[in-house]
Amino acid sequence: MTEKVMPFEQAISKFDPVIGLEVHVELGTKTKMFCGCSTEFGAAPNTHVCPVCLGLPGALPALNEIGVESAIRIGLALNCQIASWCRFARKNYFYPDMPKNFQTSQYDEPICFEGFLDVEVETDEGRKTFRIEIERAHMEEDTGKNSHMGGATGRIHGADYSLVDYNRAGIPLIEIVTKPIEGVGKYAPEVAKAYVGALRDILRNLGVSDVKMEQGSLRCDVNLSLRHTPESELGTRSETKNVNSLRSVERAVRYEITRQAARLTDGQRVVQETRHWHEDTGVTTSGRSKSDAEDYRYFPEPDLLPIAPDSAWVEKLRSELPENPAVRRSRLAAEWGISDFDMQTLVNSDALDLVEASIAAGVDSAAARKWWTGELARLANEQEVELDQLAITHQHLVDIEQLISTGALNDKLARQAIEGVLAGEGSIAEVVAKRGLAVVSDDGPLLAAIDEALAADPSIAEKIQSGKLQAAGAVVGAVMKATRGQADAARVRELLFERLGVSE
Amino acid sequence: MSDLIILSAADLAHKLAEKEVSAVEVTEAHLARIDQVDPDVHAFLHVDRDGALASAKAIDDQRANGQTLPVLAGVPLGLKDILATKGLPTTCGSKILEGWKPPYDATVVTKLRNAGIIILGKTNMDEFAMGSSTEHSAYGPTRNPWDLSRIPGGSGGGSSACLAAFEAPLAIGTDTGGSIRQPASVTGTVGVKPTYGGVSRYGAVALASSLDQIGPCARTVLDTALLHSVIAGHDPMDSTSINAPVPDVIAAAKLGDIKGMTIGVVKEISGDGFQAGVKQRFDEAVALLEGLGANVVEVSCPNFPYALAAYYLILPSECSSNLAKFDGIRFGMRTGDDGNHSVEQVMSLTRAAGFGDEVIRRIILGTYALSAGYYDAYYGQAQKVRTLIAQDFAKAFAQVDVLISPTAPTTAFKIGEKLDDPLAMYLNDVATIPLNLAGLPGMSLPIGLAPEDGLPVGLQIMAPAMADDRLYNVGAALERALLSQWGAPLLNSAPELAGA
Amino acid sequence: MSAISRDDVSHLAKLARIEIPETQLEHYAQQLDAILDAVAQVSAAPTEGVPAMSHPVPMTNVFRADVPAQSLTAPEALEGAPAVEDDRFRVPRILDEE
Repeated sequence: MTEKVMPFEQAISKFDPVIGLEVHVELGTKTKMFCGCSTEFGAAPNTHVCPVCLGLPGALPALNEIGVESAIRIGLALNCQIASWCRFARKNYFYPDMPKNFQTSQYDEPICFEGFLDVEVETDEGRKTFRIEIERAHMEEDTGKNSHMGGATGRIHGADYSLVDYNRAGIPLIEIVTKPIEGVGKYAPEVAKAYVGALRDILRNLGVSDVKMEQGSLRCDVNLSLRHTPESELGTRSETKNVNSLRSVERAVRYEITRQAARLTDGQRVVQETRHWHEDTGVTTSGRSKSDAEDYRYFPEPDLLPIAPDSAWVEKLRSELPENPAVRRSRLAAEWGISDFDMQTLVNSDALDLVEASIAAGVDSAAARKWWTGELARLANEQEVELDQLAITHQHLVDIEQLISTGALNDKLARQAIEGVLAGEGSIAEVVAKRGLAVVSDDGPLLAAIDEALAADPSIAEKIQSGKLQAAGAVVGAVMKATRGQADAARVRELLFERLGVSE
Repeated sequence: MSDLIILSAADLAHKLAEKEVSAVEVTEAHLARIDQVDPDVHAFLHVDRDGALASAKAIDDQRANGQTLPVLAGVPLGLKDILATKGLPTTCGSKILEGWKPPYDATVVTKLRNAGIIILGKTNMDEFAMGSSTEHSAYGPTRNPWDLSRIPGGSGGGSSACLAAFEAPLAIGTDTGGSIRQPASVTGTVGVKPTYGGVSRYGAVALASSLDQIGPCARTVLDTALLHSVIAGHDPMDSTSINAPVPDVIAAAKLGDIKGMTIGVVKEISGDGFQAGVKQRFDEAVALLEGLGANVVEVSCPNFPYALAAYYLILPSECSSNLAKFDGIRFGMRTGDDGNHSVEQVMSLTRAAGFGDEVIRRIILGTYALSAGYYDAYYGQAQKVRTLIAQDFAKAFAQVDVLISPTAPTTAFKIGEKLDDPLAMYLNDVATIPLNLAGLPGMSLPIGLAPEDGLPVGLQIMAPAMADDRLYNVGAALERALLSQWGAPLLNSAPELAGA
Repeated sequence: MSAISRDDVSHLAKLARIEIPETQLEHYAQQLDAILDAVAQVSAAPTEGVPAMSHPVPMTNVFRADVPAQSLTAPEALEGAPAVEDDRFRVPRILDEE
């Protein structure tokens, strides 16, 4: 049953959307939050479990120090205040993937609170910055994994029974919750996507998680409500889960706006519920009714002592924070004198860190960019490896650029040298020597090759002499071919025009 | 050698060390005793005959090889069935765990084994430690060796009864509101609840996490001290365990000198309103303490009257959460899995069939006390009362070195007498509960028999946090004085056991 | 003055996943009512300005190093399980999506 939707433009003209985003990050610690079981992905079922994370009677939790440290670092990177004293709380509810039938989490005492993240979005008026206010970031633990068996789709509905693997149970999670995001209007989908993208960048940059949405180490729940005007009270919101990519975040927000607008216009209420996003069909479907939500009966976790990070520790972590990625990008773009667009190209090709490192090693900034986004990206693609896994070092680039600047190598020869290095023939110098790569500096062979080319096609000389200078390209090309790329193209052109008595 | 079973652990340890007797002989003597009396007493839920004898043999072999062994090596012990023992059944007195064998040992169990202590088996208890009489065990009650028609106290009635019946000289219990002290009181034995955090809770099935403690039980103060120092100490697996040296309880138990000490009688639980014989023996003990050179004064702990109410809000709340894991999914009993029921239904049917009435009652009460809208008035308020209780203790201990009271309001009542009245049952804990709320240590030791019924009466000693040694010092002094008064240990006059 | 009704008990039993038979609801309600009456006494305690105590030990910041420790093997983990399939815990069909 497909629900009615209203065209987006129309929906936006009638209603003001308010979004809320809840992001769960799976931390990349070596062990679980409350026990020493490994967190490594892909282990055989129920081999990374112990009495604690299995919830066996008598077991007790012991808090992972790096879990706490990561939470604080995340809070600091998001401009949050760090609680001087906080506790864990039990969130009580029953579900087969919950070993204790309560989740050890934090309730009214999150370790981080009152932060913000600025995101930029392209609008009709140009790039605009939206400040997303962050309500809290707190520590909790992940659940086990249910596999639903016997049904047609592998999902819950229609399944006969389920199988549970607790390897994932107890892996540290940080939940980051925004305050209601208002004043975004028609850019709600883009803002939501930009926020999750920016958050992902920061988390990756901090090194606290591998933040792979497709693998579930970064999960996003999208909350959305509509109201008639920005001054009206907040409307009823829906929560959408299973949003597994940045693209899905944007699409899900857009879809929910269109769906809720249709309902409200039809005189129906929006149901407060949890919905499921379907990437393939581009719609959300109804899940559990959220108003029927469990009473979680939170109370402070008696088995874990309060956490009181002292200011010395917090300040040390703050001083060791890496630069905010967006700030870093702006700074480098200014240093290198490149546009936002060019910077974005670098980011999209995963070349930014490599370019920065090459420059630090001594390569010219334009050259570094050219190599990493050009020839090296092509080679990495060909070899089917990540750019940073290509066997080319910054020293290689330094060496190549050295030879180019003295005229010993041209661009074409440089590529051959790279090829040789990748083939395992040695360093740049060794490859150049072995393959005899050198720009021909003697005019003699060049003139000979030029004459050959002219003799092969007399019409070219006529064209050039009659002013069609672009015909020279064919000669240069032929000479380059004849010299196996070792000619200096500019010199060939010079000699050609001299030969024909033409001036440029 | 049936004489072996009346020896104290200290005496047995001495004989074992001197090779006057072997660990196997000691174990066999106690196993024979269990065979003889446990059909009546029912202190044990499971006797690990083979395991015990194997451990005993290993001890004997080590001793034969000239190895120096820990003090208590070869001495037998009964373990409350709430502690996880790898490969041995652990039921917590409940049907829902029938047949469950944990894949791990509780830290205390590891310590006992490392000390060479022979674990004879698992002792009976009120289901999930909820009760004061061991009548709520799903496997039938334990009977008081003094009078088999009476309760042995609870929830750790099995451990105390096994001591009083001479089935073992040592036992381990747990105490959340008095479950070690009250059974000790009504069976004429000694039981200690250490400072909260003094003994690791890892492997003890949780009832109320912020109140539970594991503790030593024996027939004498010195034996209790010897066991206390084996099981106490910091454990990284228990985040609430205290990272500090264990107080020297053995030295204190050997000292027994209270000259110049100030002892406070808590006005609000001084015995007024308690059974007459209990009050009488208590008053006599007070006089005795004064005779030993202590200065006994009255102190008031004005918030103690709220303690029972606070406890019966905090405990059910925490246990409603702690017992949620018993759902038929990963371990234990599962009911109703016939292909027609959903997992939610199977969980509900399993818990209804596996839990007894008292457990269900407390889970429902706890669920209510934590509910949205009720939290502040009930659980939240109770946690504040807890602070008041702690403040009362702090003020009292500024004036006195230890506090004392009768351990329980009555001697052992008849089996079945209070079963239908939960509230009446709860009142058994009125003197023991305040200590758990504040996390402080306490001891119960026998001070005589009540004249009206000839049943044991216990006195409770309370001390500040980490001052567990004071309990043993005062206890030892009192025990010595009483022993010289009686001429023989109290238990020698227990009816069933005379001439064992 | 009844604080807990049989409907309340029914609702609480559902929250606590315990299938209490209809016939027993009233009985539990009565007992719980009496107990609640007694424990409600806490409201009379002088708790104005008094902080709640969640932990009797005054410790904070108890951490564990992020170092792997021994896990159970799958057979050990599954040994006590009521139903096992494919090295996982087998459970009856789940109704509600979480």
